[in-house]
Amino acid sequence: MTSQVAFDPAAVDVGTAIPDFVDSPSTRTDYVRYQGASGDMNPIHHDEEYARAAGFPSVFAVGMLAAGILGTYLADLFGAENVRRFKVQFREQSWPGDAITYGGQVVAVRDGEADLELHATRQTGGVHLLGWATVLLPPAGGS
Amino acid sequence: MSDLTGARGEPFTMEVERGKIREFARATKARDGAYLTDPHPVAPPTFLSSAAFWATPESSALDPGAINWARILHGEQEYVFHGPPPRAGQTLVARQRVERTYEKQGRRGGTMRFFVIVTEFRTPDGELVAEGRSTVIETSQAAS
Repeated sequence: MTSQVAFDPAAVDVGTAIPDFVDSPSTRTDYVRYQGASGDMNPIHHDEEYARAAGFPSVFAVGMLAAGILGTYLADLFGAENVRRFKVQFREQSWPGDAITYGGQVVAVRDGEADLELHATRQTGGVHLLGWATVLLPPAGGS
Repeated sequence: MSDLTGARGEPFTMEVERGKIREFARATKARDGAYLTDPHPVAPPTFLSSAAFWATPESSALDPGAINWARILHGEQEYVFHGPPPRAGQTLVARQRVERTYEKQGRRGGTMRFFVIVTEFRTPDGELVAEGRSTVIETSQAAS
């Protein structure tokens, strides 16, 4: 994991980028841990023989894993209690060994809340998922 | 296609548990220490996907025979919170419904069917806490 970057949610404005979070290369263990936590046990994400029989070169990432990492990253930055909307659209598949970069920027600010556009991007530049969120902002000048 | 819009599943009860939040936060690489130290941590934004543990076969808004599950892709997922997201210790009553269905032509021919499935999460008193909105796609050929 990258070190914590100072980020002040009270100071965001339209165009403010959230710091990139570059995750370590993904592993099958990451997939299994997420599947156990979420209850989605689709074998295509952990059973190599099953994935090959279905025509894939190997198992591939659970899309909701990256969605979850993006979501908790957003919650780490703005406070889990301040999240009001979080949406992802699944794009290209992600494979074991992918290093995913999570990031985004503020696209609107109004009445104490902000809209963000987010992404989870593979090391190839391919977009694994796109995201949108609305968060409450702390009062300006607050701590 | 038969119109499944408005189809509903049976309500089910979900306990928002501290240990499950801790497990989910770890699995999604959260860094906020409150998930580990707060006796009633706020659930991470996508935590309600673990409602699958509480659902029953009767909870599904889609009849298992209505779609070909071997050709299903997850297209989009959204969570909307009507106030702070749920905390550990809360009891939620969830119910699924089919909000919308539509079709599109696939790029490689054939018809793709889209199903927008909403799960409402309410307090036992009926107050709406959160909605999960899944868009699932039945492809016209084996998912690839």
